[in-house]
Amino acid sequence: GNVATVGITDFAQAALGDIVFVDLPEPDDEFEAKESFGSVESVKAASDVYAPVSGKVLEVNETLTDEPALVNTSAEDEAWFIKLEISDESELSGLMGADAYKEHCEKEAH
Amino acid sequence: YSLPVLYKSDNGGVMKEHLWCRSDNKSSLFDVSHMGQIRWHGKDRVKFLERVVVGDIDGLSVGGGCLSLVTNAEGGILDDTVVNGATKFGDMKHFQQQMDEFDGDVTMEYLGDTMQLLALQGPGAAEAVSKILPNDFDLTNMAFMTGTETTLDGIDGCRITRCGYTGEDGFEIAMPAEHAESIASKLLEDPSVNPTGLGARDSLRLEAGLCLYGHDLNETINPVEGALAWTMGGPKGRRRAEGGFLGAEKILKPDGKLQKVAKKRVGIIGMKAPAREHTEIYDAAGEAKIGEVTSGTFSPCLKKPIAMGYVETQLSKVGTEISLKIRGKMQKAEVTKMPFVESRYYRVPE
Repeated sequence: GNVATVGITDFAQAALGDIVFVDLPEPDDEFEAKESFGSVESVKAASDVYAPVSGKVLEVNETLTDEPALVNTSAEDEAWFIKLEISDESELSGLMGADAYKEHCEKEAH
Repeated sequence: YSLPVLYKSDNGGVMKEHLWCRSDNKSSLFDVSHMGQIRWHGKDRVKFLERVVVGDIDGLSVGGGCLSLVTNAEGGILDDTVVNGATKFGDMKHFQQQMDEFDGDVTMEYLGDTMQLLALQGPGAAEAVSKILPNDFDLTNMAFMTGTETTLDGIDGCRITRCGYTGEDGFEIAMPAEHAESIASKLLEDPSVNPTGLGARDSLRLEAGLCLYGHDLNETINPVEGALAWTMGGPKGRRRAEGGFLGAEKILKPDGKLQKVAKKRVGIIGMKAPAREHTEIYDAAGEAKIGEVTSGTFSPCLKKPIAMGYVETQLSKVGTEISLKIRGKMQKAEVTKMPFVESRYYRVPE
């Protein structure tokens, strides 16, 4: 099957502020697309994070337990949250590509 | 009101602003102009105030102040407030109603938009505020919870009180509204002063074990439940023996001792994940629900989650093991004493 590496974007981490805690699931946990699989927290508030596609958790990024601030410095690289075994590849077509997302963020910023 | 949660600058963001406030030789400037300021007049004003708040107002020395609670007829808390030589309250409609029923000479002057309020808090606050006080102002001998009228940056009609909401040394300064901006700007010229928003204000007060009305206190909670019985003075104090404030008979026994309550406000620590407002509290076994969190955050100073909440009185002793239901999972935690971070209120040297 296909493996999806899931995290939040650089745009999102900037909007959240200093991350102090990341709540992640366990390997073998299963989620539906759009279901919350954990949270990312600043001093001020907790934000749910949602599975972009349905699947089963293969791996969880343990580094984030000791270094939650990594989400701020390396959201799209080292601070991935979970790796998911995708259960339905057709769900991928419902996701935005990188360019569409960039445009979406620029519109949001105004 | 338009008040920032945080500032965007090199020293901005909730975490940095919070840590700055507790740093040596530094202080934080808060815009707290949303707070109400009321001046009370009339020869019976003390008697009236003692009807509407629980504190020993008559016993205040000139310039002295105290944290007090405004109560309703059921003994529930309508608001918390600092009463001092010039006073600061909320809920003036309640006062107006009480004034209508009161047989005596008292008038309420709401300072509304004519006065503004700023707070300067931190180990460096005294040094920073000294720069806008008259040269002969004696800060060394200004005790915590005292206040006086003064000029600020040469402006007449100002007031300074040594009090605050962070657990650090600090001052709340009131000035005529038209000079608020210039005084704030003057303070901010000092590189040791950092503009600070409501996000850090909340995490600072929580570390200090201080309540936020509307969250940790509300009309259904009385001073004993709120662990604020001290605002009524000691067991042998006048206000405990006399009562006389609204709802006193629901809070005190005729001999002045406190009536037993079913729940109490406690500090909570030990959980792995932050527990926010409304998180359910369970017993150590995770079976029976025993209360609810009313405030919670990740403590920037302790680098771990802290929370405040209410639990059944018999489970409120420090050290009691409890469970918190966070995102559907039970997490171990325990009751702890507050403040979470040691307070550093100013003491006048001997």
